[in-house]
Amino acid sequence: MIDGRPQRIMLPVNVGFMALTTLLALLFNLLPWRDMSGLPDMLALVITFWCTHQPRKIGIGAAWILGLVMDAANGALLGQHAFAYSVLAFSAAQLSRRILWFGIWRQALHVVLLLLATQLLMLAVGMAAGGTFPGYGWFAASGIAALLWPVITFMLLLPQRRPEVVDVDRPL
Amino acid sequence: MEHQPPPFFNRGPAPLVRLMFFVVLALFLMVLDARFHYAEPLRAGLALLAYPIQRVALAPVQLASGVVDFFSSQVRLQRENEALREKQLRLARDLLTFEALAAENAHLRQLIGARERTPRKVTLAEILYAGRDPFSRKVIIDKGGRDEIEPGLPVVDDIGVIGQVTRVYPLLSEVTLITDKDHAIPVQVVRNGLRAVVYGAGDGTTLELGFMATNADILNGDELVTSGIDGIYPAGIPVARVARIERDAAYSFAKISCVPAAGPGRHTQVLVIGRDAKLPPAPEVRQARRTPAKGRRGRRRE
Repeated sequence: MIDGRPQRIMLPVNVGFMALTTLLALLFNLLPWRDMSGLPDMLALVITFWCTHQPRKIGIGAAWILGLVMDAANGALLGQHAFAYSVLAFSAAQLSRRILWFGIWRQALHVVLLLLATQLLMLAVGMAAGGTFPGYGWFAASGIAALLWPVITFMLLLPQRRPEVVDVDRPL
Repeated sequence: MEHQPPPFFNRGPAPLVRLMFFVVLALFLMVLDARFHYAEPLRAGLALLAYPIQRVALAPVQLASGVVDFFSSQVRLQRENEALREKQLRLARDLLTFEALAAENAHLRQLIGARERTPRKVTLAEILYAGRDPFSRKVIIDKGGRDEIEPGLPVVDDIGVIGQVTRVYPLLSEVTLITDKDHAIPVQVVRNGLRAVVYGAGDGTTLELGFMATNADILNGDELVTSGIDGIYPAGIPVARVARIERDAAYSFAKISCVPAAGPGRHTQVLVIGRDAKLPPAPEVRQARRTPAKGRRGRRRE
């Protein structure tokens, strides 16, 4: 977050906002997409975001339950997303202090690796359960999701950026 | 006495312990689901939980299509109307002969003492969305156990077979497409009546005609329809067309690729065809299993 640049002191996060954004990400994933190739897993991205920024407010358990809902809604093997998401939440929380130290694009580099690892876990589970190989294009989804990382960071930190006391006389 | 940290610093079990707990729980669930099918009540509960979210997610899409429908030009509607009228005229002629033929058929069947074919119950359903699981080919339709949908029922559109209901929730059900790797349909070649079984190839677009001898009488462009001997699919519904045949003397079976006749990409409305009421009940319900044809296919691949 810093890179020699001054760091802004933020407001504490609102847990309701965290829950709302996670729900919205789940909603995005449940939209009726016709073509799934290269579609970013928005829920995984938001879980990564909150686990790096607020590792004490959201945990592995929440990620696990969200994964289970994803599995049930998509008719996937029950536990496939739950397994991958809980590992993702753990790694993101463990790496949070390291990741936040970097600038936004280098953070995205970390994120693409985390998401790729999640996809690899899902692939391992899916193939072990007798699934079809979805093709290499499926992995592009992680890259696209990582490109969205700066957008997500800007949007999800907006409520914490607003000033606590609104001064009408302030020029900015 | 062991030193306890003050409650201020107490954050519960270590992250690694928590991770292990949830990973083991997930693995346990996966085994339970894939091998023993004990997780269905949990799945049904979760699906019911996700249902309102799905409905909300579908709302903007349905609204958009509604707006598009509203503003669709009169010219297009007129053209569509003309095409439909033309088609109806064409079909009406066929229908006249069909009724005569059906009566004749029933009479002949009575004469030879064969079982009369009964019309099956048909439910109109709409495809809500395609499952996001990249390892299987499934779509979710908007009719479920409340509308008497059962696992195993065939799903067709106006062209041919789309798939089979594999899982039923109260309000939704899950349809495995014929292109799914684990899906098999008994078919018959229209040209010569040869019976065979078609499997999904797993790449999402093609089917494979399995276990046909290298010298089997199958040509490019042959139409495959359901044979009806399974008692699940009604006979004579188009399934696929043979697209490519590789006859290699090194293998005992020919590799025959087919292109499905119908597909979920065309329309959102599908028909779920009910069971044939006159058939005796199947000895064991196996349609709900995830991997019905896996063992045989696994051996063949080796």
